[in-house]
Amino acid sequence: MVALGQREVPSGLRRRLTIAVGLACLGFLILLARLWNLQILHGDEAFESSKRNRIRLQRAQATRGRVLDRYGRTLIDSRPSFNAILVPEDAGDVELTIENLAHFLEQSTAEVHSLLEKTAKRSPFAEIVVQRDLSFEKVVALETHQLDLPGVSVQITPRRSYPYGPELGHILGYVGEANPTDLEADPHYRMGDLIGKAGLEKYLENTLRGVHGGQQIEVDAVGRRLRVLHEVPEVPGNIVRLTIDLDLQQAASSALGARDGAVVAVDLKTGGVLAFVNYPTFDPNIFARGITHDQWEELVDDPHHPLTNRALQGQYPPGSAFKMVVAAAALEEGIINPFTRLYCPGGLQFGNHYFRCWEHRGHGSVNLLQALERSCDVFFYQVSQRLGIDAIARYARAFGLGQKTGLEFGHERTGTIPDTEWKMTHLKEAWYAGETLSAAIGQGYVTATPLQMANMVGAVATGKRMRPHFVFRTETPAGEVIEGEQVEEIGTLALRQTTLNQVRDGLRAVVNGPHGTGSRARLPDVNVAGKTLTSQVVKLKKQRQPIGQIPWKFRDHAGFVAYAPIEDPEIAIAVIVEHAEAGGGKIAAPVAHDVLEAYFRFKKERQNSTYAEVRSAADLAL
Amino acid sequence: MLKFDRRLISHFDWPLLFATLLLVACGLATVLSATHSQDVLVSRLLIRQATWAGVGLVAMFLALSFDYHWLERYGYFIYAVALVLLVLTALIGTSGGGAQRWLSLGPIAVQPSELAKIPILVAVGCYLHRMVGDRRLTIGELIVPLLLIAVPILLILRQPDLGTAISVCGLTGVMLLVAGLPTRLVAGVALAAALTGPYFWTHLKPYQQERVLTFLDPQRDPLGSGYHIIQSKIAIGSGMVAGKGYLHGTQNQLNFLPEQHTDFIFSVFAEEWGFAGAVVLISLYFLLLMRCFIVAVRAKDAFGLLLACGLTAMIFFQALINMAMAMGALPVVGITLPFFSYGGSSLLACMIAVGLLMNVSMRRFTF
Repeated sequence: MVALGQREVPSGLRRRLTIAVGLACLGFLILLARLWNLQILHGDEAFESSKRNRIRLQRAQATRGRVLDRYGRTLIDSRPSFNAILVPEDAGDVELTIENLAHFLEQSTAEVHSLLEKTAKRSPFAEIVVQRDLSFEKVVALETHQLDLPGVSVQITPRRSYPYGPELGHILGYVGEANPTDLEADPHYRMGDLIGKAGLEKYLENTLRGVHGGQQIEVDAVGRRLRVLHEVPEVPGNIVRLTIDLDLQQAASSALGARDGAVVAVDLKTGGVLAFVNYPTFDPNIFARGITHDQWEELVDDPHHPLTNRALQGQYPPGSAFKMVVAAAALEEGIINPFTRLYCPGGLQFGNHYFRCWEHRGHGSVNLLQALERSCDVFFYQVSQRLGIDAIARYARAFGLGQKTGLEFGHERTGTIPDTEWKMTHLKEAWYAGETLSAAIGQGYVTATPLQMANMVGAVATGKRMRPHFVFRTETPAGEVIEGEQVEEIGTLALRQTTLNQVRDGLRAVVNGPHGTGSRARLPDVNVAGKTLTSQVVKLKKQRQPIGQIPWKFRDHAGFVAYAPIEDPEIAIAVIVEHAEAGGGKIAAPVAHDVLEAYFRFKKERQNSTYAEVRSAADLAL
Repeated sequence: MLKFDRRLISHFDWPLLFATLLLVACGLATVLSATHSQDVLVSRLLIRQATWAGVGLVAMFLALSFDYHWLERYGYFIYAVALVLLVLTALIGTSGGGAQRWLSLGPIAVQPSELAKIPILVAVGCYLHRMVGDRRLTIGELIVPLLLIAVPILLILRQPDLGTAISVCGLTGVMLLVAGLPTRLVAGVALAAALTGPYFWTHLKPYQQERVLTFLDPQRDPLGSGYHIIQSKIAIGSGMVAGKGYLHGTQNQLNFLPEQHTDFIFSVFAEEWGFAGAVVLISLYFLLLMRCFIVAVRAKDAFGLLLACGLTAMIFFQALINMAMAMGALPVVGITLPFFSYGGSSLLACMIAVGLLMNVSMRRFTF
């Protein structure tokens, strides 16, 4: 038997026990209230949260449309590339994962951390692209070490590539990751999306980007895909063909060579840009890969300014090429006729300043044709005095100078066509008659972009101006044409036919005459007309540049504008070589020659069988 | 000595048994849900838990087979054995999850801290039942019970296992409360707690501090320790009225719930069975509590009452804290849900507790 004394239960114990159990009951009631609150009152929100937890939208990025040249050669391609993706929420021990990831990607952990900070505002579970376009070795490394890299995955995305590298860099532009401003501006974009940042990539964004698709996928807590709940297929972007002829583009590039400058060639029938060369230029591929800080600094700090789109934004004094405008004005205003002869002694005293002709020995007595052929400055000094700056400016504007050419994109500059009013508004000064003399030979305040110069000479050739453009046509990925070339005439020169013919004769003489300054642009079987230009930069530079600049900076720009064939003009061209070692005739005319020669050679080749096949094949594919 | 008495059968507490078995069965079903995967319905963990349930059943019947007054005699001895086990755990225990809590006995591992709760409350009961009377306890009479729990609590905290230490404090507190605490003392302790709190705070492990801070502000670090509370609340809340269906709780199945088969098993249940199911579960616990209360109140002697009281306190202190924690109403501490949470030692301890309660119940008329 149990021998221990068993004590009766004191009554207080039972009372207090009841109180304790009562407290426990209260506890149960509180739990029920809490459950009611969580499940009934706030159940919907929690249900939504649980759905958000497990369902993620994974976007299927639409393949960005390709950009081709006129004949179907790929200028911008989209090829698959592998990106390293991190979802920190899935990473478990984020620090450790980042360390491992940085190791496999051969990056510093600090870089990954700064990336995380930059993307701190992203929505939970949004993917962060840590590195783009991984090498095959890195993809293998990430895939094999998946266990050490929770939350890290390899994503296949189409990547932009620019097969011809720096060729057309300024025009093609580049893509970059959408920044917060882009994301706010257009709900179409998500973090990590590529968006056109410059050039045609930016201008044609809506055409090229396509429509992103997506999948609703169910994931578990470590982000593993379990199944696809819903899928919206992506629609690839459209294909854009440019008016650019890659052959001609490359010919023009090599003709210019490694000299700072620009070459623009325009189709006179349509205004389509056939070649558009800037030197120096940049390789958009480095942007597609994700430009590093050093690469960017290098581009920005380069004294030759490779990021500047010279052909579109470079404002050069048109120099002697401007004489065609003054000539047209003088003829049209009846100040001279083809037989008017003016005497050039090698310079002209005007007020207390002696205006030199480039030919110090003088041209003697010259008519308009000779003055253009030999580029006599004194002839135009004299003509300009009678014309006045305002008349010159009026005609210059009719030739498209001093205003945008109407190119569909790009930060085009207008150049300057000064007149009395312009000077009053901009410099708050009256116009000096002497300044008219400088303007007459395309110096002083007069500036124009290479594209404007090509347009100007084109206007002489055809009597009208077409809107320059790059888009030849837009096609669906299947090759169906959505929109053809937008040809638009934006102005006709209200000049008498005789006036135009007389100016044209002068330009023909520049290339083909016995004393022509542009004889180096002559072609054996095609009639070329053109005008040399050599423009001073010293005065301008002295004002802008601090002393201690290299002498190269002070050299004159050499240029040449031309069109051909004279009988039925097809192509206009402008060449500018900055700080050349000689004048336009020696330096720029040969460049124009090479481009024109190439243009007509390619044209001939395309008419024979091989090219016809290539072209028809490309056309058939449409 | 152990003469069979018919009255033992007639006084067998069937509702207590059924409520317990029902809870264990529900618990196993929920562990299945929490541990199964697409490939394996019956996980290794579930089999192990079911085995422990079987062992627990045997232990439960062993626990009711002898007269509980034996515990009065051998209480301190059992207590000493428990202490030895705790010391052994500290010396040769195996670690897991940052804590040295397990003692390996061949293929099985037990958690002495879970099992020690009963010896501790038995020892406290042994001491207290001699002291209780129509008056309240004196402060001097509290020294021994406090010492009795202080030693194991220190050993348990060292593992560290804050949850079990709190459980031991809780159940002892309830026993002392029922035995009659001096009013002045209660006030004094409250004051002392306020003064020494900062000291203990600084001695908590960083992850424990983190849990308390996160409780106060769950959004503080949604992917760190706050994650548990947030995901658990989402799981419970998203069950809404009717639940997502058994085996269909997305929070559970997709592993958004942490510790879903141990500390957060209630969330799994509430997600899959909804408010309706959770009310049924809580009612089941309430039923069990009422049966335990009846056992304690009807106990024929002070020791029986205190023993039943301590066992009841052990079960329901844990149940309430665990559920409140899952609902985000209390900080996250590692306290299991009795009969439900995965964990053999915890289940075994609870089933032994029920066995002892039955023991007290059956012998309320014997002398």
